[in-house]
Amino acid sequence: MFVYFLRKLIVILPTFFGVTLVAFVFIRTLPGDPVMLMAGERGMSPERHAELMAEMGFDKPIIVQYGLYLKQLAGGDFGTSIITKQPVLKEFATLFPATIELSICAMIIAIFFGLPAGMIAATRRGSVFDHTVMTSALTGYSMPIFWWGLLLIIFFSGILGWTPVSGRVSLLYYFETVTGFMLIDSFLSGQEGAFISAMSHLILPSIVLGTIPLAVIARQTRSAMLEVLSEDYVRTARAKGLGPMRVIGVHALRNAMIPVITVIGLQVGVLFAGAILTETIFSWPGIGKWMVDSIFRRDYPAVQGGLLLIAAIVMIVNLVVDLLYGLINPQIRHTD
Amino acid sequence: MPLLEIDNLSVTFQTAGGLFTAVDRISLHIEPSEIVSIVGESGSGKSVAVLALMGLLPWTATVTADVLRFDGQDLTTITKPELRKIIGCQMAMIFQEPMTSLNPCFTVGFQLTETLKIHLGMNRAEQKRRAIELLELVGIPEPEKRLSAFPHQLSGGMNQRVMIAIAISCNPRLLIADEPTTALDVTIQAQILDLLLKLQKEKGMSLVLITHDMGVVAETAERVFVQYAGQQVEQQPVKGLFARPHHPYTQALLNSLPERSNSRILPSIAGIVPGQFDKPQGCLFSPRCHYATDLCREKPPTAGPVEFGNALCHYPLADGVPTNYPQEVRA
Repeated sequence: MFVYFLRKLIVILPTFFGVTLVAFVFIRTLPGDPVMLMAGERGMSPERHAELMAEMGFDKPIIVQYGLYLKQLAGGDFGTSIITKQPVLKEFATLFPATIELSICAMIIAIFFGLPAGMIAATRRGSVFDHTVMTSALTGYSMPIFWWGLLLIIFFSGILGWTPVSGRVSLLYYFETVTGFMLIDSFLSGQEGAFISAMSHLILPSIVLGTIPLAVIARQTRSAMLEVLSEDYVRTARAKGLGPMRVIGVHALRNAMIPVITVIGLQVGVLFAGAILTETIFSWPGIGKWMVDSIFRRDYPAVQGGLLLIAAIVMIVNLVVDLLYGLINPQIRHTD
Repeated sequence: MPLLEIDNLSVTFQTAGGLFTAVDRISLHIEPSEIVSIVGESGSGKSVAVLALMGLLPWTATVTADVLRFDGQDLTTITKPELRKIIGCQMAMIFQEPMTSLNPCFTVGFQLTETLKIHLGMNRAEQKRRAIELLELVGIPEPEKRLSAFPHQLSGGMNQRVMIAIAISCNPRLLIADEPTTALDVTIQAQILDLLLKLQKEKGMSLVLITHDMGVVAETAERVFVQYAGQQVEQQPVKGLFARPHHPYTQALLNSLPERSNSRILPSIAGIVPGQFDKPQGCLFSPRCHYATDLCREKPPTAGPVEFGNALCHYPLADGVPTNYPQEVRA
């Protein structure tokens, strides 16, 4: 098991290196540079522009800049934002809990509804329920996030007035940041209504962000379940006189979970990508929105550092998924 | 009173090409502590018949029977939860493929103790003690260690022993073994058969052995049912069957045993079991039977008298010669 872990870890390193390169090159291929964007419409004399670029070290050949960046990274320094003059790591750490909170809630919704929906669809293959679930899943999967988000806002916030339009908590409440997770902080503050307010702010963005993972999980669970249900060991389980709940919920599900877990892991990457749109629509102060803002400002260090940190988290999650995979499927665990 | 009574059991499947009768009016009476064998080629509906009895067929199957009674309980009117109390407990089954019949995600111990918990309501300590006892009984070395092993860590023979341990865990009155040795090496086959016979004797349970191997039948069974294309074509005590088969199919099966052959080429029965779309009009065996006459090809036979092993044949064999056979054809 330890060797298995180590091997997975070694595979991650080149990927990590690749991400630094991609992030570094990608942001510099965009037209414009941070100085020009700071100057805005007034413009700036070429001399002053060159001077400021040199100040920030952007005048050196790109390969040298990359070398310096790697050296800086090796020292554990993710750089400093050009705009806010704050260390990238610190900005990331401040905003990250908001994204995590949103992603976790989205994932909970996706798993909580996707898994049972897929399971029931598989056991009642060809039924009305099956067709309904699969059609909805396809629709959900194909729906552009920004459009879906706006639809929900119009309906639930605009017409029904049930949920707030944007933000993380009502301005009526103010409390200290303890964990950065609004649900926990509002609860700890003990202020009446604060927790409910945080909840109601979280619900729509979570649904929007969770829709695609939900659809993918439901479809994957259904197909994995269908495959497993025709296996000999499921017949054995039934021949033992076990009830359908136990046959499906224990014997079949454990095996069907193997591909589903992999898909859930991959969806974490999708979640971060989706968070960018979702956070922008709902003005959610997370890293997705921060990344978009940084790209617009050509804040090179922030974009590089942010992408790298996001990539690192996605990779770590996938590593954990790989380990879980080994735990669920003993054949994997023992062959390594 | 027979332990198991089956009269006119039929199973039909709804398929894309229409209804398919996999089992056609078979009857089976099994006494307590009796060993009975069902023989036939692949596709003759042996497994389907017992799966129907256990209620393990998919929903596309329709099962009908005049009588389906186990230990005095009518299985045709029983509810599913009631049936689940019987199967796995009073009536247990082992399957052909030991490597795929055990769940790869759970330990041997988990899969073995499950029935003990559900049917017998044992607590954890009792379950463990009984599980070790069962593994010892089926001849697995170091049983305590094996409890935490996964199926892929054991060999096919060992897995089949585990399957047997699971099946006998609640001391069933009837054990159905569906080709239990087909997927195993020849040396292991003999061991598993010996084990089944030993357990049958010790526990006094009835054993239904489904096989296509006549050699296995000769070594184990007391009574034999021969099945062909979903129909029961003959039933006899094992000695009589081997000495004087009454149905041409049984005779052909016996003739194709390598040890009975004295020619250089292994004898075989030409052709295959008819399927859904090529069922003959008359006797189902007529296309492959070398005694077949026009009558056989046109009219389905009815079961013969007991002295002819209920042979489903127009001209049941007596001492290897068809009876009432039309003179002109023989010539």
